[in-house]
Amino acid sequence: MECQECHKRPATLHLTNVINGQKTEMHVCEQCAKENGYVSYGQEGYSLHNLLSGLFHMNPSSIQDHKQFSQSSAAHACPKCGLTYHEFTRVGKFGCASCYETFEDNLNPIFRRVHSGNTKHEGKIPKRMGSGIEKKRKIAAYRESMQEYIQAEEFEKAAEIRDKIRLLEQQEEEES
Amino acid sequence: MSLENFMSDAISPWMKENGPDCDIVMSSRIRLARNFENRSFPLIAKAEELDDVLEFFQENYQNTAFNHQGALQFIRIADLSPIEKKVLVEKHLISPHLAEHAEEAGVLLSESEQVSIMVNEEDHLRIQLYLPGFQLQKALNKAFEVDDWLEQKITYAFDEERGYLTTCPTNVGTGLRASVMMHLPALTMTHQMNRLTPAINQLGLVVRGIYGEGSEAQGNIYQISNQITLGKSEQDIVEDLESVVSQLIEQERQARETLTEELSIQLEDRIFRSYGTLQYSRIIESKEAATCLSDVRLGIDLGYIEDMPQSILNELMVLIQPGFLQRYAKRSLSGRERDVLRASLIRERMHLENN
Repeated sequence: MECQECHKRPATLHLTNVINGQKTEMHVCEQCAKENGYVSYGQEGYSLHNLLSGLFHMNPSSIQDHKQFSQSSAAHACPKCGLTYHEFTRVGKFGCASCYETFEDNLNPIFRRVHSGNTKHEGKIPKRMGSGIEKKRKIAAYRESMQEYIQAEEFEKAAEIRDKIRLLEQQEEEES
Repeated sequence: MSLENFMSDAISPWMKENGPDCDIVMSSRIRLARNFENRSFPLIAKAEELDDVLEFFQENYQNTAFNHQGALQFIRIADLSPIEKKVLVEKHLISPHLAEHAEEAGVLLSESEQVSIMVNEEDHLRIQLYLPGFQLQKALNKAFEVDDWLEQKITYAFDEERGYLTTCPTNVGTGLRASVMMHLPALTMTHQMNRLTPAINQLGLVVRGIYGEGSEAQGNIYQISNQITLGKSEQDIVEDLESVVSQLIEQERQARETLTEELSIQLEDRIFRSYGTLQYSRIIESKEAATCLSDVRLGIDLGYIEDMPQSILNELMVLIQPGFLQRYAKRSLSGRERDVLRASLIRERMHLENN
C-alpha cells in the first residue's frame, strides 16, 4: 500500500480516528506522518523504551526478585524521589541518583544485559572526588597481582607489591 | 537577510574547516550524559526543580567564555518559535527530545556551535562536542575539558561502582556516546552496507540514518556510534569505534576505486544527471535532493566535478530540511511549497558556486 500523502513511499503507519462514531483511516509513511504532525518526535524513542522495559520483565530472576521485593515491602520506593520498583521496570528509567542504591539488588542482571556483561564502571572519575577512588582502584589492582605472584610462589615480587599497597594505604589514612 | 548570510547560517562555523578523512567522515561527535547529585532527574522532577536548574545555568554560564570556544550563550527552548526549534534540531544542536520537552529545557551554545550543552534533556546535562572529519580522540579530549570546567561548579551524580548515574540504564557508567557521520555512497551503491551493518552491530556498535534512531540513511549518510557505556573506559570505547570506522573508510575507498575502474562512464553519467537535476529542477522532494547531493558530493571527491566545495553536501543537507526552509520563508509551508522552495534554494546555491 502506498502512502496517501506522498504517493511514493510505502505506507508503514495505519492510523484510525473515530470521531463521533465516524471512522476515518489514514495510511501514510513515517516521513509524511512526522512532517504532518500525525506522530510526534517523542514517539520515536518509545519503541526502545518498550524494548528495554520488556527486557526487565523477561528476565526471570528479576521477576522473582521483583515479587520478593514487592512482598517484603509493597510500597518499596526510592526514599528520595518516590519512584517505585514497579514504575522503574515499567518505564525502564531511574528517577534520581538514590534509585541506584534503592534498587541495587536488582540492577546487575539489567546492566549485564544492556552492557554485554559489564556491571562496573571503568572510566573517568570526577576530578573532585577523584584521588581517593583512583587510589582504591590501584590498591585493588595491586592486590590482584600480589595474589598472582603468591600463587606462582614468587614471594619477593609479592612482598614488593605488598609494600606499595601499604604505602598507598598510609597515604589514604593521612588524608582522611 | 541575503542568501549568502543565510547559507552561512545553515552550516555551523566548525563545519567549514576540513578535518582528517573528511572525504568520507563528515563529522565526529562526543556526547556525555551528566546529572546533578542531589536533584531528581528531569524525567520525574517537578517543574520548579527543573526551573532551578535553568536558573543555575542562566546565572552561572550566560555569556561566559570557555577556552577557545568563544562566548557561550544560554537559550531557553521555550522562548523559541516552533520553526526555530526545528532548525536547531536539523543542525543537530539540540535533540528532538529537548525540542519536545521545551517547557523547562535550555541549551548552552558556543559561538562556533562546536559545543552544545543541553539542559534538562533526559539527563540534567548532555554535553555535545563536534569536530569536522575523523577526530574522535581530539573530540573526546575537548569534551573532557568542558566536563571538567562544568564540574568546578556542579557536583555530579557519581557512584564508584556504577560511574556517572544517568536516567536511562543504557547510558550509565561513562555516559558516553561517541559517533561519526559517514558518507558511504560507494558501499551503498554496491549493496555492501546491508552486509556490513549486522557485522558492525555484533561489535556493539550501532548504525543509523542521519537523524538518529529509526531514520533512514538519507543521502547515503550513516551515523555510527557505540552502544555500551559501562565496563569500558572512554578511551577504549573511542578506540573500538575508531578501528571500525578506519576499516569502513578503507572499504569505501576500495569500493570507490572499483566503481571508477569498472563502471566509469555509468558513474560519471549518474553524477552529472544528479548535478543537472540540482541545477535545473523546479520541484524537488527532500529524499531526491539528498540522493542527488550525495552523487554530486561523490563527483567532487572523485574529481569529476570541479570548482564546487566538498562542504556543499553538509550544508545543503541541512538547508533542504523542512524546518530550515520554513525559517527561510518565515512562515509554515505546505509539502508542495517546500518542494518548490527547496529546488529554488538549491539552484541559487549551485549558481553561487559557478560564478
